[in-house]
Amino acid sequence: MKSVTNIVKKEVRELLTPATLIPIILMAAVFGSLGSIIGGAGDEATRPPVIGVIDQDDTVLSVAACQTLNTSAEVVYNGSSVSEGLTSLDEHGGVALIIIPSDFTESIMSNQTGELQVIWIMKGAGLIDSLSSSSVDMILRSASTSISKSLIDQHSSLNSTIILSPTVKSETTIFKGKEMAGISPGTIAGFLSQQAFVVPLIVVMVIIMAGCMVISTVGTEKENKTLETLLTLPVRRSSIVFGKLAGSAIVGLVMAVIYMVGLGYYTSSIVAGAPVDMARYGLTLNALDYVLVGISLFLGLLSALALCMLLGIFAKNYKSAQTLTMPITLLALIPMFAVMMLDFNTMPLVGQVLLFAIPFTHPMMAIRSLMFDDYTLVIGGIAYEAAFAFITMAIAVWAFRKDILLTGRLRKGDDKGPLNPLWRALFKINRGRPR
Amino acid sequence: MTAIEIKDMVKSYGSFHAIKGISFTVNQGEIFGLIGPNGAGKTTTLRVLSTLLQLTSGQVKIFGHDLDHEADEIRRIISYLPEDAGAYKNLTGRGYLEFIAAFFGDGRRVEEIVRKGIEITNLGERINDKVETYSKGMTRRLLVARALMIEPKLAILDELTSGLDVLNSQEIRKLAKKTASEGTTILLSSHNMLEVELLCDRIALINDGRIVEIGTPDELKRRHGCSNIEEVFVKVVA
Repeated sequence: MKSVTNIVKKEVRELLTPATLIPIILMAAVFGSLGSIIGGAGDEATRPPVIGVIDQDDTVLSVAACQTLNTSAEVVYNGSSVSEGLTSLDEHGGVALIIIPSDFTESIMSNQTGELQVIWIMKGAGLIDSLSSSSVDMILRSASTSISKSLIDQHSSLNSTIILSPTVKSETTIFKGKEMAGISPGTIAGFLSQQAFVVPLIVVMVIIMAGCMVISTVGTEKENKTLETLLTLPVRRSSIVFGKLAGSAIVGLVMAVIYMVGLGYYTSSIVAGAPVDMARYGLTLNALDYVLVGISLFLGLLSALALCMLLGIFAKNYKSAQTLTMPITLLALIPMFAVMMLDFNTMPLVGQVLLFAIPFTHPMMAIRSLMFDDYTLVIGGIAYEAAFAFITMAIAVWAFRKDILLTGRLRKGDDKGPLNPLWRALFKINRGRPR
Repeated sequence: MTAIEIKDMVKSYGSFHAIKGISFTVNQGEIFGLIGPNGAGKTTTLRVLSTLLQLTSGQVKIFGHDLDHEADEIRRIISYLPEDAGAYKNLTGRGYLEFIAAFFGDGRRVEEIVRKGIEITNLGERINDKVETYSKGMTRRLLVARALMIEPKLAILDELTSGLDVLNSQEIRKLAKKTASEGTTILLSSHNMLEVELLCDRIALINDGRIVEIGTPDELKRRHGCSNIEEVFVKVVA
């Protein structure tokens, strides 16, 4: 027993280090914050939705429907003008303007379904954002039930199918300046989520696989004692860094492609049955959009590899290199979940800043942004990714010239060079070299 | 011509001073030995000279090139063999030599370098096997070959015969002698006093980051009244 205890103690001491704990703590903190953001959106969805109502019919049946709407939702507009109604909803953060047309009762009484026109105001394209429209859908079903009840109370001789389902929805969704007739926010969010599932997953797989390669290549060089030889060969440090980046990127991409082929079959079998043609609503990409997505993906990968190269400098061997992949995995998973669940534009400012700062976010949300012609966000993201990749690579090249590459830690004497202030700030080193 | 010129070289890690202001010169074609106890600063000195570690202060010139400002030029004329060096395990011995040779030339020059490397390794057909299948001694021979096949102006060899048996060690020493006679300057460090005495034209004894003795083997033995360098070492360090 004593021997086992001894081994357990040794294992715990070896495995439970700051290097293993800090990433886990950070991951817990970030996911906690993400959870509170998602939770906040969920709470909002449980509150009565803010709507506007235009009753152009003004009959017993339409009034019954309006009463249900007034009871279940927060009605901020009750008038006759569509434009005024939309303005009022915009001011109050409303989700839908419900119009009961003048022939509503007449249609029902002639054994036809009465049309309820719904103009949806979609705020964001995340799955969470579509929750409030689901609430309105439920209220509209209640309104329909109220009409059925009213018809039954009147001992109506109408067709039983009409009595049980007297209304039909006619939907138009307004989102980011696009007016899309005949489609609901839920359908749009569902379609965009499919896009938002595949692209982030590709990005995450590529980043994790290629990133692990880069970090491991430095760790393995140290473990196999080949790094010292490499560093004394007549080759520029920048060539070593770029060579390692390119080699790892190629291997990582090959592995990711193999992985994605399998995933592609899986997802295509799921989306094959999707009935809605989104191209009809202008939700497609043109050639320029694809170029921008490609650039964003490339720069995202480059940023990840440069960051991994920088982390790899701290790897002592292959094992510690594996531990160092944790922050990269974390940085890839955060935007992946965020992009799947939320819309960047409807997130709190802190969340937006956090997501924007992670370079991998941009390729993940590029397709969605480009579908709604949000070029500012995409081009801004590309500019940020390029700057991030360039600066990180410059730091990696600089660090490859320093003792830190061999010692694995920054000593007080290692602060020479143009990036000195940044490096010192990172490691809180305030004293210069002795000379 | 002076191959290495070191003036007041200091190497510190924070408050720890590994090298405390050493000065010495090594002449072209000379085999110069650096000996000292563990932790004396031998490997640190070799790592600084091979451009792996940065100088804290002082001045080092290798064949006239300033170490602080002309590291790229220095890497073209030196070859460094670390004590515990390894080779890429997934490459064959030949593949490893070809990989290294490619940094020093193109086409026929690479072929020449590799041919010389294979000759030095004396591994026969095993040169085509993967490095991961080699014994420690075979790997060391491959690494020695890697270091000497390019005919560097300065070879910095840390524990040249580390991991080699007596016969192989003797062969490698002969090779080092031959390489020096062909014009390569050799700076080596070793714990094997016999090896140092046999190989080196001059020896520097380093202790606690300082050079405490320097001279030819005969001068050192005479100066301390000893019959061999091991006795000199014990006397000086103790």
